[in-house]
Amino acid sequence: MEKSVVFAGFGGQGILLAGKVLARAGMNEGFEVTWLPSYGPEMRGGTANCTVIVADRPIGSPVVDSPDALVAMNFPSLDKFEPRVVEGGTIVVNSSLVKRKVRRSDVTAIPVPTNEIAAELGNPRVVNMVALGALVRALGIVPLEAIETAMAEELRGRSRGKLVAVNREALRRGFGEAGKYLRDR
Amino acid sequence: MSRVLMRGNEAIAEAAIRSGLKCYFCYPITPQGELVEYMARELPKRGGVFLQAESEVAAINMVYGAAAAGVRTMTSSSSPGISLKQEGISYIAMARLPCVIVNMMRGGPGLGNIAPAQGDYFQATKGGGHGDYRLIVLAPSTVPEATELVRLAFDLADKYRVPAMILADGMIGQMMEPVKLPEPVDSADIPPRPWALTGARGRPKNVISSFDLEPEGLRRMNLVLQETYREIERAEVRWEEMETEDAELIVVAYGTMGRIVKTVVRLARAEGLKVGLLRPITLWPFPYGAIRRLAERTRAVFTVELSAGQMWEDVRLAVEGRAETPFYGELGGVVPSPNRILEEVKKYVG
Repeated sequence: MEKSVVFAGFGGQGILLAGKVLARAGMNEGFEVTWLPSYGPEMRGGTANCTVIVADRPIGSPVVDSPDALVAMNFPSLDKFEPRVVEGGTIVVNSSLVKRKVRRSDVTAIPVPTNEIAAELGNPRVVNMVALGALVRALGIVPLEAIETAMAEELRGRSRGKLVAVNREALRRGFGEAGKYLRDR
Repeated sequence: MSRVLMRGNEAIAEAAIRSGLKCYFCYPITPQGELVEYMARELPKRGGVFLQAESEVAAINMVYGAAAAGVRTMTSSSSPGISLKQEGISYIAMARLPCVIVNMMRGGPGLGNIAPAQGDYFQATKGGGHGDYRLIVLAPSTVPEATELVRLAFDLADKYRVPAMILADGMIGQMMEPVKLPEPVDSADIPPRPWALTGARGRPKNVISSFDLEPEGLRRMNLVLQETYREIERAEVRWEEMETEDAELIVVAYGTMGRIVKTVVRLARAEGLKVGLLRPITLWPFPYGAIRRLAERTRAVFTVELSAGQMWEDVRLAVEGRAETPFYGELGGVVPSPNRILEEVKKYVG
């Protein structure tokens, strides 16, 4: 098993952190993982992406031609990465900002209004965890509980317990949203 | 011991501290900024000296001084910064002082960019600074391997009194992987340094010098270096092979490209193509013998690197006409994907 995910969006949407949480959860579950950020001279509001691979064998290339899944948090990210997703793959798209549908018919599209959900939870910064929750359900290789634990570990040191609670709720809401589009899980 | 998720830059810094690093000198540059930050945060707490110098030239000369004083010492930078350090590295090599230099290569020449590249191979393996000297050059391809090679770099530098370089690139510096960190080294296990400048009270004075104005004397100093280099060439060549037994085409690739080519080998094998990999771990001493042996029973030895063919020259020296020696390189920080490399491989096999 080897699954690859591209997280892409604006700088500031927390996509690097979302990727890190998945990588950490994968590691905690005993898998091999790589987390590869785009690290150009970026700034808040610019574009950013990272590639995460989770595998049950040593990982060769951390660079991926065709990811198994894409999390597209903004419009340019969907335009750029949609054509690259593997046939039968998954695209989680932030439908709050991306006002077009996924064009590919050979992938599973999961539109999630992350901004609205985050606003309901009272913290606009948790959009990344809403999207990650949806992705995790579609991916089906790491349980939601492992993601919640990894998220708490990532936030340890930089926040109080309250932030962990709202991020956990965000993960669960995203996980729930994905259920609308996935028959088997 | 449990695994921790770390960036390459941070893992290298932690491995160095656990290897008994006492003095770290730097001048910051991307893409190895996290290494500097980690050292600034951790090394003073753990009994070492962190000092951000006024320039790269100052930093390498501080390494020269600390090494002469007999402590484990290190500097790190990226391509243009390593260029600035070359004069000091040459002096350190002639003075026979152990130290570790980390180069997180970026796109060049000139200011270039901050993307992963392998254009500093010549500089690292063929000199870089002036004079007849060598560095031990270790090229990790993963974050866990980088932590292992940092320890090895300190040990080999001490053993031979030769500066050692970790030659990686921005991708290895920036990416995160799970690592098992090495146990902290026991200070009793660090080799004694009877040559160090520790104060001569009660013993004859030691002299650390990189010059002798008498040609015969300078010649003798050079011969000591050359003897040391021959010994290193005999004892310290390291490489990894993957699926080479029946391979009709052997890819030679190191560092980041080495790991990407592992995926290429898997893809090729899945299509029934007999492709293998030889990944040099020491770039100097280079695995000439291992490549030569494989060249004798294969059709082609294919070099893939992020340069215009710098390592390719060493591969051709190793093969010496025994097999075809095609080449594929990318420039400017472009990193080819496994499928892109597979297209190139297919031109020569199957």
